[in-house]
Amino acid sequence: MDRIPIIKVGDFLLVSIQVDMHDRLVMSLQDDLTTQVVKARAKGVLIDISSLDVVDSFIGRMLGNMASMTRVLGAEAVVVGMRPAVATTIVELGLSLTNVRTALDVDKGMAVLRALVNPAGDEGGHGSGQN
Amino acid sequence: MGPGRTETFPLRTDEDVLRVRQTVRIWMVEQRTFSLVEQTKMVTATSELGRNVVVHGGGGTARLELLSEGGRLGIRVTFQDQGPGIASIEQASRDGFTTGDGLGLGLGGSKRLVDDFEIASEVGKGTRVTITKWK
Amino acid sequence: MTTSRQSRIAEILTRHEKPILEEWLREQLDALTARQDLISESDLRIQSAEFLGLFTSACRAGSLTDITTVEWKPVQDFLAGVSRSRALQGFSPSETATVVFSLKQPLFARLRKELGADAAALADEMWTATVLLDKLGLYTTEVFQKAREEVIKRQQLEMLELSTPVVKLWDGVLAVPLIGTLDSVRTQVVMDNLLQSIVETGSTIAIVDITGVPTVDTLVAQHLLKTVSAARLMGAQCIISGIRPQIAQTIVQLGVEFGDVVTKASLADALAHAFRLIGCTVTRQAPRA
Ligand SMILES: Nc1ncnc2c1ncn2[C@@H]1O[C@H](COP(=O)(O)OP(=O)(O)O)[C@@H](O)[C@H]1O
Ligand SMILES: [Mg+2]
Repeated sequence: MDRIPIIKVGDFLLVSIQVDMHDRLVMSLQDDLTTQVVKARAKGVLIDISSLDVVDSFIGRMLGNMASMTRVLGAEAVVVGMRPAVATTIVELGLSLTNVRTALDVDKGMAVLRALVNPAGDEGGHGSGQN
Repeated sequence: MGPGRTETFPLRTDEDVLRVRQTVRIWMVEQRTFSLVEQTKMVTATSELGRNVVVHGGGGTARLELLSEGGRLGIRVTFQDQGPGIASIEQASRDGFTTGDGLGLGLGGSKRLVDDFEIASEVGKGTRVTITKWK
Repeated sequence: MTTSRQSRIAEILTRHEKPILEEWLREQLDALTARQDLISESDLRIQSAEFLGLFTSACRAGSLTDITTVEWKPVQDFLAGVSRSRALQGFSPSETATVVFSLKQPLFARLRKELGADAAALADEMWTATVLLDKLGLYTTEVFQKAREEVIKRQQLEMLELSTPVVKLWDGVLAVPLIGTLDSVRTQVVMDNLLQSIVETGSTIAIVDITGVPTVDTLVAQHLLKTVSAARLMGAQCIISGIRPQIAQTIVQLGVEFGDVVTKASLADALAHAFRLIGCTVTRQAPRA
């Protein structure tokens, strides 16, 4: 695979990373995503990493970048599904990703996005990320 | 296959880094004794140091070894390049220090993820980093 | 090789492998009469034949005085395997070392038969064989000891897991009540259990209660913070409760940054906070009598 698919779901974009990515693939995803956020006038981005069994500092930095860039473009981003072993490892590596919002799974991530995009609506979701 | 197994891989491109880290995962899974967290830590350290060889060292090799020492099982990866070398290992290992545009967590972070970490580098000659995870 | 005379041990072993094996097996079976419950005769036969094969090749290829060379690696690995499995099966260290020591009798008998005429040569060869087998025997004991230590360590870990249960307090709310001294290993076990439970139960809030923890040092505080960070990366929020005044003082004195981690004085406060976060309200039906 030479591109990670980005799917539009209503006002949101869903990126589901299903393969172990080499660095160039990571970079192209970053480019594609920012382009798509603008083109689709997306209000939120959901990045599902539940299939990833390794997140190193490069992928970690990319996740942080995608979250920040999305925010700069006026949308919200949530990273969902990080595995326990991956979380333990990247904390030890020294990566904190404090600017990235997170949620347990796609459903909860969607709830977080809806609550962020439409704070008046009674969605009941909550983000655990700090800004 | 068990202890005594060794294999050397080239490290020139992104894909090479990917292949090496995936092979480390497979070898560790096959041994059936490393926990998921231990595997993930070793694979992540391999990814960091493999990338360093490609990005900073101008390419090189990764040698994988399965070891048994006094009944202990281990997996070791040796990263070797003939690149510019590192002037101050102490400085390079500090979290956040980078001469490129990385996060500067590769050396310091990898060291925390493995059981043994050895680094030897000479300016103008190259760098060798060896990491081992024991069970 | 440094021995003045070329040793004939390898050659003798090679030529008489079969009878030596049979005699050796008999020796072992005698020594192990009480242990037929732990290892069957056929297993012992397979094991012994394999060892003798490896031993003979190593004697042929390598030094007879140094068992740390590569030629002896297969022998060492094999013995390590045997020692480990015997340690786990419940053999004693001396029963394990007997595997090697019991080879002396048949080997010496053979040497005597072959070299009987040359007393000096016989003495030399017996000495070489004794030292060699003693080294291998000691090696089995070393590995045995290590394997036992590992068993103990694993049992300790299992106990730790039992002593740090993760409980579900409410839909989406987990708690880990920690009791006793926290060291790095235990904190790591707690962390792994907690993160796993978060995924399994789909909980977004985890309360780590340290009311029962007597002291918190820098390392433990850092471990707690790592747990909080890892949980956050997965999409769950941690609340640390039960921080007694004394521990609060230590934490501040140690200069550990608890930053934006939510801390509460008691488990009850933490639960109330958790309810607020998930939008639950608790109301009393009737005034208490
Ligand atoms: N193999 C290598 N050859 C030369 N320099 C290296 C090598 N590995 C690391 N370095 C140097 O050490 C610094 C820190 O490395 P690291 O901690 O991996 O952070 P990063 O790769 O993000 O810069 C690098 O920026 C580089 O200057
Ligand atoms: Mg690096």
